[in-house]
Amino acid sequence: MARYRGNLEAIKGLVRETEVHRDVYIDEEVFQLEMEHVFANTWAYVGHDSQVAKPGDYYGTTIGTQPILMVRHTDNTVKVLHNRCPHKGTRITTESCGNTGKFFRCPYHAWSFKTDGSLLAIPLKKGYENTGVEQSHAGRGMSPVKHVHNYRGFVFAKLNDVGPGFEEFFGDSLSSFDNMVDRSPAGRLEVAGGVLRYMHNCNWKMLVENQTDTCHPMVAHESSAGTAIEVWKNAPPGAKKPMAVEIYAPFMAPYEFFENMGIRVWPNGHGHTGVHHSIHSDYSAVPGYFEKMAAAHGEERAKAILDENRHNTVYFPNIMIKGPIQLVRVFKPIAANKTLVESWTFRLVDAPDMLLERTLMYNRLINAPTSVVGHDDLEMYERAQEGLHVDANQWVNLQRLYDPSEVPDTTAVTNGTTEWQMRNQFRAWSKFMTMSM
Amino acid sequence: MTAPTDQQLIDFVIRETRLIDQHRFEEWLDLFAEDGFYWMPLEWGQTDPRLTTSLMYEDKLLLKIRVERLKGNRTFSQKPKSRCHHVLQTPQVDSRNEATNEYVTWTPMHYVETRLDQQDLYAAWATHTLAVVDGALKIKLKRVDIVNCDAAFGNIQLFM
Ligand code: FES
Ligand SMILES: [Fe+2]
Repeated sequence: MARYRGNLEAIKGLVRETEVHRDVYIDEEVFQLEMEHVFANTWAYVGHDSQVAKPGDYYGTTIGTQPILMVRHTDNTVKVLHNRCPHKGTRITTESCGNTGKFFRCPYHAWSFKTDGSLLAIPLKKGYENTGVEQSHAGRGMSPVKHVHNYRGFVFAKLNDVGPGFEEFFGDSLSSFDNMVDRSPAGRLEVAGGVLRYMHNCNWKMLVENQTDTCHPMVAHESSAGTAIEVWKNAPPGAKKPMAVEIYAPFMAPYEFFENMGIRVWPNGHGHTGVHHSIHSDYSAVPGYFEKMAAAHGEERAKAILDENRHNTVYFPNIMIKGPIQLVRVFKPIAANKTLVESWTFRLVDAPDMLLERTLMYNRLINAPTSVVGHDDLEMYERAQEGLHVDANQWVNLQRLYDPSEVPDTTAVTNGTTEWQMRNQFRAWSKFMTMSM
Repeated sequence: MTAPTDQQLIDFVIRETRLIDQHRFEEWLDLFAEDGFYWMPLEWGQTDPRLTTSLMYEDKLLLKIRVERLKGNRTFSQKPKSRCHHVLQTPQVDSRNEATNEYVTWTPMHYVETRLDQQDLYAAWATHTLAVVDGALKIKLKRVDIVNCDAAFGNIQLFM
């Protein structure tokens, strides 16, 4: 029996000022509604345009659970299409990425489509004469996603017509993307290194919330980061601290470090940790990099760019980026209790290789299915996914540093251990979930 | 030991995985040369561990961190502990070079890791690059290529 579909009041009742009902994490019907509303009314991340550098290059992915593809059209713009043949539904992309040339050719009956989705040809076309196929769904070709925006190489799409425009949806939050791209002396990024894919048996929102959960590192990661510090204590005196220890150690920083780093919230559920400093602030300088930045941007501007060390920026609904180390994590929902986490890394065009090397090391130490930090986190998510089935208490608490005067959809900078950003996400969740109901 | 026999190389590889299966991680770590590495590529046929991402590319310090962590009192992802099991084909000696002190073996294997009710099976090839150091065989590089290295995995917590 449907408890939530067609029941606006029940959906609204799931999110309160400082707590949310467990059904937002464990209920399959709520999950389905999220796919239809939250992921359709917002600007979802598709990919980076360097993944489709040349005309004909394509990349298949999902928005929510909807299969889509991104393709570089012959006019050099990036198009986003629904990834099915209009004939009988066959997925169009033959590999997860590749080059299709000037057109897509369906491998089933060889219907072909231009790279903007429009129908190019059907074999034995005379079989459709006087059938009215032009007016059918099939005759219109592959359906394009209408609302697509390429922001400095990062491609976003919105499936529904309702919902805010790109600029209105993101507003000032785009400054985190700006800082990431500005860190390239050429002002350009390229996907590099390969994507880490890590399957999680938990709800996608647990991962999103964790990105601004600054009260967990020193607890949940004591096992990994704490051990790294202990092991390093036995290093011979004077030994140079390795990159890996520089990456692990800040996870054990005390509460004050995280309180003082600050959190900034933006409208529509976006926000970031590390307003003043972050776990990425104290990495060793990479030889030759500042000189290149100064040559490209001028010394003062170069310094300003590199002094901005934001920690995690969450873009509602389901991505997190790390500007200082050029990393994008996508939390792809599969089911209420299943999420695929993709961690993508980028090369700063024209910067020394060592920056990419550090980014890749960070990614494999923190975000791989073989990563001990990842093991620490996933254990907590899975325990929560299980614990939420307790009927005696059906609410998840988001109250830390709550102030009743807090208003939704505002910009504010506050204490780095607040759960305001989690509340911000759920206020946005409620808004975009009910917007098209 | 000056130059190891083929049988000594084979016995070494077999004993190495046995130490893992028996959770004798400190003895296992001692098998690595001081500059030894454990490498698990992410990409099929990967050649570069530095500018291509890997699942693991760890020196002895990082491996030591893992081994210490597995024993930790607050290592909650190991409460309860994972267990593992290797099935090896007989290691094949691919190359031996006494002049450069480098011996390479290739070993197809199945690896099972379990925790609670979950059991995961992986198929992989292990390539060992070994050297004689102070009279004993040591691992310079253990490379583990998982057949579906680019698939989305859940936790892999022990060592293949
Ligand atoms: S399903 Fe694509 S051409 Fe028939
Ligand atoms: Fe964490």
